[in-house]
Amino acid sequence: MARQLEIDRLSKRFGEITALEDITFQVSAGEIFGLVGSNGAGKTTAMRIVLGVIAADAGEVRWEGTPVRLDTRRRIGYMPEERGLYPRMRVAEQLEYLACLHGMTASAAHASVDAWTERLGVADRRDDDVIKLSLGNQQRVQLAAALVHDPEILVLDEPFSGLDPVAVDVMSAVLRDKAGTGVPVVFSSHQLDLVERLCDRVGIVRHGRMITAGTVDDLRAGGREELIVHAPQAAPGWADRLPGVTVHDHSDGRTRLTLGEDADDQLILRAALATGPVHEFARRRPSLTELFRHIVGPREEIS
Amino acid sequence: MSAETSNDRAIMLIARREISTRLRSKAFRVATLISILILVGIALVSKISSGGPSYQDVGVTPAAASTTDRLTAVARALHIDLRVHDVGEAAGRARVRDGELDGLLVGDDPAAIDVVVQTGLDDDLRSVLQLVAQRAALDRQVSALGGDPATVSAAVAGARVRVTPLERPTETDGQQLALGIITSVLIYMSLLINGQAVAQGVVEEKTSRVVEILLATVRPRQLLIGKVLGLGTVGLIQMAAIALCGIVAGTATGALHMHASATAGTVVWLIIWFLLGYTAYSLAFAGVASLVSRQEDVAAVVTPVLMLLIVGYVIGVSILPSTPDSGFVAALSLIPIFAPTLMPVRLALGVVPAWQAVVSLGGIVVAIPLLLWLSARIYQNAVLHSGARVRLRDAWRTG
Repeated sequence: MARQLEIDRLSKRFGEITALEDITFQVSAGEIFGLVGSNGAGKTTAMRIVLGVIAADAGEVRWEGTPVRLDTRRRIGYMPEERGLYPRMRVAEQLEYLACLHGMTASAAHASVDAWTERLGVADRRDDDVIKLSLGNQQRVQLAAALVHDPEILVLDEPFSGLDPVAVDVMSAVLRDKAGTGVPVVFSSHQLDLVERLCDRVGIVRHGRMITAGTVDDLRAGGREELIVHAPQAAPGWADRLPGVTVHDHSDGRTRLTLGEDADDQLILRAALATGPVHEFARRRPSLTELFRHIVGPREEIS
Repeated sequence: MSAETSNDRAIMLIARREISTRLRSKAFRVATLISILILVGIALVSKISSGGPSYQDVGVTPAAASTTDRLTAVARALHIDLRVHDVGEAAGRARVRDGELDGLLVGDDPAAIDVVVQTGLDDDLRSVLQLVAQRAALDRQVSALGGDPATVSAAVAGARVRVTPLERPTETDGQQLALGIITSVLIYMSLLINGQAVAQGVVEEKTSRVVEILLATVRPRQLLIGKVLGLGTVGLIQMAAIALCGIVAGTATGALHMHASATAGTVVWLIIWFLLGYTAYSLAFAGVASLVSRQEDVAAVVTPVLMLLIVGYVIGVSILPSTPDSGFVAALSLIPIFAPTLMPVRLALGVVPAWQAVVSLGGIVVAIPLLLWLSARIYQNAVLHSGARVRLRDAWRTG
C-alpha cells in the first residue's frame, strides 16, 4: 500500500456552524504539505480530527490504506494550535514522559530528549520548569514534544507562529530533514512566504473546503506573469500605448505591468530605455500571497 | 494482547507522573504538615481537657495522722493517685482556700472522717475517704466481737470477682471515642485534600491545554484512571503518615492507651474506607471539574460534591460521640454517599453489626464502577471544551 496520509471527505459541524465540508487531500511519504486558509477556514479542525482529538461527522483518515486508530496516532507527532505543556514540570522530564506515552522505552526516550533539546537549542533548560522559559523557548520545547518519539507522520498546527528568525530556520531544517527520511509532513501557517519556500505542495482551504491544491509552481502558473521595470526618469504613462500591456501601478520610477498574448517584451525594454537609464527589468510570477488574496478575496485577509 | 499491555502501561505512566509531581508540590507538603499538626494538637488538647493533673492532694493534720497509711493503701487499690501532705490545721485550711489542697483531714476519729474542702469534694477522693472510714468502722466491730482485724482484712483483700463475658460489650469507652473522632477527622481531611487534588489536576490539564497532546496518544478514560490511581497512592501514603503521627502523639501524651489489636483494626478499616471513599469521591470530583477550564472556577463547580462530603463529616462528629448507636447515623452509613465518612467512624467506635459492614461495603463496591462510567462519559465530552463552563447536560449528551 502507498505510504500516504489520506484525508478523505471529512465533514464536521459544531451546532449551526459547518467547520469542514467534504475536505479531501493526501500527503505522501517524504512530502511537505502546507495548509493555508483564513482564520476559521477549518485547518485546525481537520488536524484535530486526524489526531482523533475530535471525531468527524463523516469521512475517514487513512495511513497506508488503513483507517487511523489509536496505535497509529501514537506514531504521529502533533503540535496543537493551542500550545500545551505542564507548566510546572521540568523540560526533560516532561519530554521523556510524552515519549514514553507514545510507546518509547525509558532509555530510548532519555536519549531522544537529549538529542532533540540539543538540536532545538534548549539543552541548557532541560532541568527548568516549562513556565520559567521564554515563549520562544516554550515553542521549541513544544516542537520537541512533537518530535521526541521519532514519529512516522508529522501534523503541526502553526508551528512557526511565535518563533524568532533563528528558530524559524532551525524548524524549517528539521521539517526538511524529517521529510527526507520519508515522513509525511502537514503543517498550517499564515506565513505564506515560508509555505512557498518549504512546501512541496500547498492546499488552500476556505469555508471548510479544499479550494485548490498542488505544487506552488502549479498554483502560480494559474496566475498572470508580471513585469517590473525600474526606469527612474520615465514619466507616468510611458507604457500606456504599448500593445498587449496593462499597467498596474507606477511609483518612484517603478512600473508594474502584465503582459497579454500579443505583447513583446523587447519592445517594452526599448520604450523604457528611450526614457533614460533602466536599472531593473524583471519578469515576476505571482507570489503565494497574491494568489491567496485572489482566491479568498480581499475581505478575508490573512491575520 | 499488546493493546492491553500498552493500556496498562499508559495508565501506569500517567499514575507515576502524578505521584512524582504531587510529592514534589509545595501545597501537598504544607497540607500534610498541617494535618499532622492538627492531629497532634487534638491529642494534646484531649490530654489537657481530660482533667489536667490527675492526682489528688490531701492535707493531714497531726490529729488525723493515724489514717495516713490506710489512706495511701486504699488509694493505690482504687488506682487513684493521691499525695498526702502533713500540715498544721491553720496552714492546711489556708492551703485548701488557695486551691493547693483538694481536702484537709481534721478529725481524730478514723471511722468518722472530717474533711475540709474549698467548695466540694472530688468523687474519687470521696470514694477513698468513704472506704477508709468504713474499714475503720469494720475493724472496730471485728475487735469488739473478739476477732482479729488483720485476718479479716487479708480475707477481704483476697476476695475477687471473676468476669466471663458472653458477648462483646457494645458500650463505647472514652478511648474508642477518641479513636472514632480521630478517624472521622482523618478520613474527612484525606478525602477532601485528595479529592480536590484530582479536581485541580483535571483543570490544570485543561488550563494548560496539555490535555490535547495527551488525548492524541491516550484515551480519556486512561488519563482519568491514571490520575485517580496516582493521586490515590500519594493520598494513601499521606494518610498513613498522618495516622502514624497521630497514634504516636496519642500514645506519647497518654491520650491513647488502647489494645494494639483494636487500634490496628481501626487503622485497617480506615485504609479500606479511604481507598473506597477516595475512589468514589475522586471520580465525582474529576467528572465535575472537567466542566470548567480555569482554576478559579473549580471551587464553584465542585461545591455540590464537597457538600455531600461535609454533611457526612458533620453528622459524624456531631451525633456519634454522644449517641454512638444512633439509628439515623447507622442508616446513613449504609448509603454509599455517606458511607466513607460515617462507616469508618462507627467501626472505630465498635458499634457496627457485621451485616451493616457488609452492606455498606457492597454498596460502595457497586457504586464505584457506576461512577467511573458516569464520570468518564462527562470527562470525555467536556475535557476538550476549553473556555466557558460546559453545562452538565451538554457534557452528558454530546459524543
